[in-house]
Parts: sequence; C-alpha cells; structure tokens
Amino acid sequence: MEPNEQSGAERRTGVATNIIEAIVAVGVIVMGLVVIQGSRALGSGWTTDGPGSGYFPFYIGIILCISGAGTLYQALFGKNRNTEIFVDGEQLKRVLSVLLPALLYVLVVQVIGLYVASAFYIALFMIILGKFSPIKSVITSLIVVVLFFCMFEVWFKVPLFKGYFDPLSFLGY
Amino acid sequence: MDELNALFHGFSVILTPMNIVLMFVGIILGVLIGVLPGLGGANGVAILLPLTFTMSPTSAIIMLSCIYWGALFGGAITSILFNIPGEPWSVATTFDGYPMAQDGRAGAALTTAFTSSFIGAFVAVLMITFLAPLVAKFALKFGPPEFFAVYLLTFCSFVGMGKGSPFKILASMAIGFALAAVGMDTVTGQLRLTFGIPDLMRGFDFLIAVIGLFGIGEILLSMEEGLAFSGKSAKIDPKVVLETWKQLPKYWMTSLRSSLIGIWMGITPGGATPASFMSYGLAKKMSKNGAKFGTGEIEGVIAPETAAHAAGTSALLPMLALGIPGSPTAAVLLGGLLIWGLQPGPLLFVEQKDFVWGLIASMYLGNLVGLIVVLTTVPLFASILRIPFSIIAPVIVVICAIGAYTVHNAMLDIWFMMLFGVVGYLFKKLDYPLAPLVLALVLGDKAEDSFRQAMLVSQGEVSIMWSNPLVGGISTLAVILLLWPLISRILAKIRPPKHAAFTTEQPVD
Repeated sequence: MEPNEQSGAERRTGVATNIIEAIVAVGVIVMGLVVIQGSRALGSGWTTDGPGSGYFPFYIGIILCISGAGTLYQALFGKNRNTEIFVDGEQLKRVLSVLLPALLYVLVVQVIGLYVASAFYIALFMIILGKFSPIKSVITSLIVVVLFFCMFEVWFKVPLFKGYFDPLSFLGY
Repeated sequence: MDELNALFHGFSVILTPMNIVLMFVGIILGVLIGVLPGLGGANGVAILLPLTFTMSPTSAIIMLSCIYWGALFGGAITSILFNIPGEPWSVATTFDGYPMAQDGRAGAALTTAFTSSFIGAFVAVLMITFLAPLVAKFALKFGPPEFFAVYLLTFCSFVGMGKGSPFKILASMAIGFALAAVGMDTVTGQLRLTFGIPDLMRGFDFLIAVIGLFGIGEILLSMEEGLAFSGKSAKIDPKVVLETWKQLPKYWMTSLRSSLIGIWMGITPGGATPASFMSYGLAKKMSKNGAKFGTGEIEGVIAPETAAHAAGTSALLPMLALGIPGSPTAAVLLGGLLIWGLQPGPLLFVEQKDFVWGLIASMYLGNLVGLIVVLTTVPLFASILRIPFSIIAPVIVVICAIGAYTVHNAMLDIWFMMLFGVVGYLFKKLDYPLAPLVLALVLGDKAEDSFRQAMLVSQGEVSIMWSNPLVGGISTLAVILLLWPLISRILAKIRPPKHAAFTTEQPVD
C-alpha cells in the first residue's frame, strides 16, 4: 500500500501526480453531476408518500461534487500538491503487462468459460512473464484448475460459467 | 446463577462425539470459505444448509455456527498473506497485517489475528450468556433515527479520524453510497441510476468492489516493482506462537476496547465490518504507536480482528432473543431455525432451552476448536507465501474472477471487478482511502432506509435526530467527528500542537 516513489529515482519521466489527481477529481465531479441528474429525474424532493427515490442520492451527488471540487482545487493550487511523477514508463509497462492479459482473459472467459480460460491464462502467464518451462507451467495450471473444479462443482455444488461452447460438457457438470 | 446452571446444561447437551466431529468439520469448511474471496460466511452457510436437514436442530446449528466461526477466522488469512480480504470485515486487518507479513512476521500476524479473534468472540459469548435479556431489551428501543445515527457516527468517524485529505475521504464515501443506490429502490420499487442497463438492476455488490479494489488493485500495484515481488518466507512454529502470546497481554486495553466496540456494533445491526474499522480507527487514535499504524503494528491487527469477531458473535444475540438478525450470516441461520421448525424470539429461551443453551455452549467450544484448528494449520497457509509471484499473480486473478462471478452468476460482474481493480490502483496511488468506499457500499441501503424512515416519521424534520437523549447523543458525537478536521485546525491555531509526529501521519487506508 506504500507509494512507490523510490523506484527509478533518476531520470523519471511521466505525468505529475497532481495532474492525475486533478483528472480523477474531475471524474468525481462528473459522477456527482450524473448522480444529481439521475436523482432529479426520479424525484429528489418530498413526494406525497414521503421522500422520493432520488432524495438520498441527490445529496450524495452534491457531496461528490463538493469533494471533487475540493480535491481539484488542492491538486491544482494547494500548497502541498504532489508534483512527483505518477508512474514512469517502465512501471507503466509492468502494470500493463498484467492488466492487458487479465482483460484478455476476461474476454476469453466469455467464450470458453472460466475453467478452460483459467488454465490457458495461468500457463501462458507462467511461460511468458514468469519464464517457467512449458511442462511445469501446464502441469501447475492443470492442478490449479482441477482443484477449483472439484471445490466448486463437486464439493460446494456451485456451477461456474463454462462458456458458450461448453467444452467441459463431457464431464456431466 | 441461573445462567451458569443453564450453560452447564448446554455443555452436557453438546458434548457428544458426533457434535465434536461436526465442530471440526464446520470450522475447516468455514476457514476454507473465509479464505476464498466471494464465498462469504453467509454464502457458505446458505450452500451448506441443506446438509443439516437430516440432523437434530442442535447438531445442525453447531455445524453451521462453526462454519461461521471458521469463516471469521479464515478471512484474516488472505488479508495477511496476500492483502486480499476474504471477507469485508477483514479489510481493516490488511492495513497492518499485510505489512507485517511483508516484513517476515506473517506467523506473528496470523497468531495475533487468530488469538484476537478468539478473545473477541469469548468476551462476546460471555456477554451473551449473562447480559442477553438486558441488552435485548435495550436494542428493542432502537427506532429508525437511532439506527441512522449509529451509521452516521460510523461514517463521520472516518472523516474525523482519517489523516488524509477530508475531501478524498468524503469522495470515497460518497462514491460508495452512490454505487449502493444503483438498482431497485427498496421502498418505491423504482429503478435508480441504472441508465437502461438491465444488469445494473441488481446494483453493485460490495464483494465485487472489494475483490476488484483490493485483489486486482493490489496485484497492479505490486507489479510496478516487477515480478520479483514475493511474500517473505515465514517460519512458523510453536515458538513464534508462544512469543506472540507473550506480547499480547500488553495490549489488553486495545483488546477490551475492541471487544466492547464489536459487541455494541454486533447488537445494533452495524455488524462486523464497521466494528472492525471503528476499532482500528480508535486504536490508531489512542495508541502510543498510532503514528506507525499501517506499517505493521501488532495493535493494528488486534483491534479489527477482536472487534470483528466480537461483532460477528454478538450479532447472534438479537437473532436469538428477538428474531432480528444482526448480520447477513445471522439472517441465513435464522432461515435455518425456521426450516427446523423453531420460532426465534424471546419464547425460544423458554420453550427450547436445550437448543438455546446448547448453541451458547457451542460458541465457547466452537471458538476454542477454531483457534486450535487455525493455529495448527498456520504453517500450511504460510507456505503459500513461498510460491513465486508469477504463479500466485495469475491464480489470484483467477480466484478474483471466480469470486466475482459466483456472487450473482453474472459475467458483467467480472468486468466490473476489473474496473474496480483499476480504480483501486489509482485510488491507492493517490491516497484515496478505500475503506469508506467499501463500507458505504455495504451499509448504503440500510443507512438510506433508516434515514428515509426517520424522515417519514418526522415529515422531513432533521430535528428528529435530536429528539431524545440517546439519538441526540450519538448524532452530536457524529457531527463533532465530522467537523473534527476543522475543529482541530482551529484548536491548533489557538495553541501549538504537542505531538509534531501526528502531522506527518498517513491516511487510515
């Protein structure tokens, strides 16, 4: 949970933290405005039956806008604004090396289901990023997936998503 | 004395070999459920409820309540070893438990967590045994304004006690409330903030948010340092356990305070999650080492674990005495009682003495068995730390995806989990506290319901929050806490601060 200001102290290039902070703050304000707008459409006032559906969220929207505006001001004009680099090129590359395969994994899950996609994902992650031998990786991924299969399908009777083609239908689950 | 006699009678009812075996089975299943994100105590008890239909109600409740104790114990394991809270009440345990594990003190952190859990539960069971009738009577007086005041106090304590920017704490909390508002309005049945997307009708489940924010967010953050990251190997043997136990009596005050907070939040339906956060916040404020919280302080593990277990245990009191479940798991157990033909409520204590006192006796024994089971299996859980990160990382992503999917059997939830993961990464780097977001998401509906009911009673007059000394006292304390950043700033201008260390403190999360 610690900020990673230590790594790559020399020649770090990238966007300053307070700029990202300002962008996130604008996002919070936009979210607040959307909530206010949505609540007003539902009825944010007092109806004949009491407080309307949008009564509570309306005030939450206002709090979002105020807190977003406060953070935006602190990020742009505050005395203690953080001008350090938010993330450098190398760190961004490392984060994306996990995030992008994970997104791809979720996409593949939709087609071939959680078990088969997970087996591929774990094996490929170990081979490409972990530099493990293919045999070791495949065996590990199979053990993990079989364990999950037993735990969810067999012991706890919780069926997981098996994809549009259901490649595991021969198992009878 | 009557209570003691009844309790001994309870022990005589439960001490059969079969019941003891059921206790062990329940605890082990519970720990497994607690470790897996997405399979919470309530889900676990619900899934395993059909197993107990053939048993006697006493044996059934012993097994189910032991699953509950096991889940309470198990939540701490992933929090400490992987920074992934298996249960929402384990979120606060990650703040210091994970840094302790990173520091090579995983064994000490786990021993502390388990022992504190046991102590919290033990104090709560003592309370249930002796104060049950009194406390239940008091909780009966609670109306919607009182409930809302308790929620308000919990949320305001974040703003007052957090050391980061109050704007960020407020934003985080409001995002949680806004997400909780999405879906069907429980009062009018209207769809709120769904923007025409049918999948949003059921709203955002806190588990999806927790799994994304903490699980995926932490993996992304860890990846910045490269794949070399791996948990420090932990040597756990009886020596570590005994050494940790030697240290624990020093923190008796934290344990006692946390137990009381837990009991209070368990009986009022605040539940284990706000109890753990409140207890952590108070420990941080009151401890001599408060400034070091978040870096691996043993007190930072004691406080949330003791409170969560005390709350989880005492949540069964209103369920038994009044038929009002204090937690989602208690609600599932209540469903079980009805299936076995038992009517929860004050009459249960008169008509089903064997059952009630058998259950209370099983709480003592079940927690003891739980402590023994988890402590003896600590080396097994700690050995997970020695596996390289390039195996752990994809497995955690897979567990997170499975966890997110099992909540509602919905693929869209896995996408939301990824989105929350990115938000978690950004928020952690920008010092937005995540705890208020999760808590607001968990309690948002309940808080809103009590707010709207209170407003209905008063016809929109906010003065109802000060209509009697009880609600007025809680509300006033809440407002003071909310304005504390401002008040402390004014106080600091009037007189210079005594402790300079506090000004450089990190935010709670």
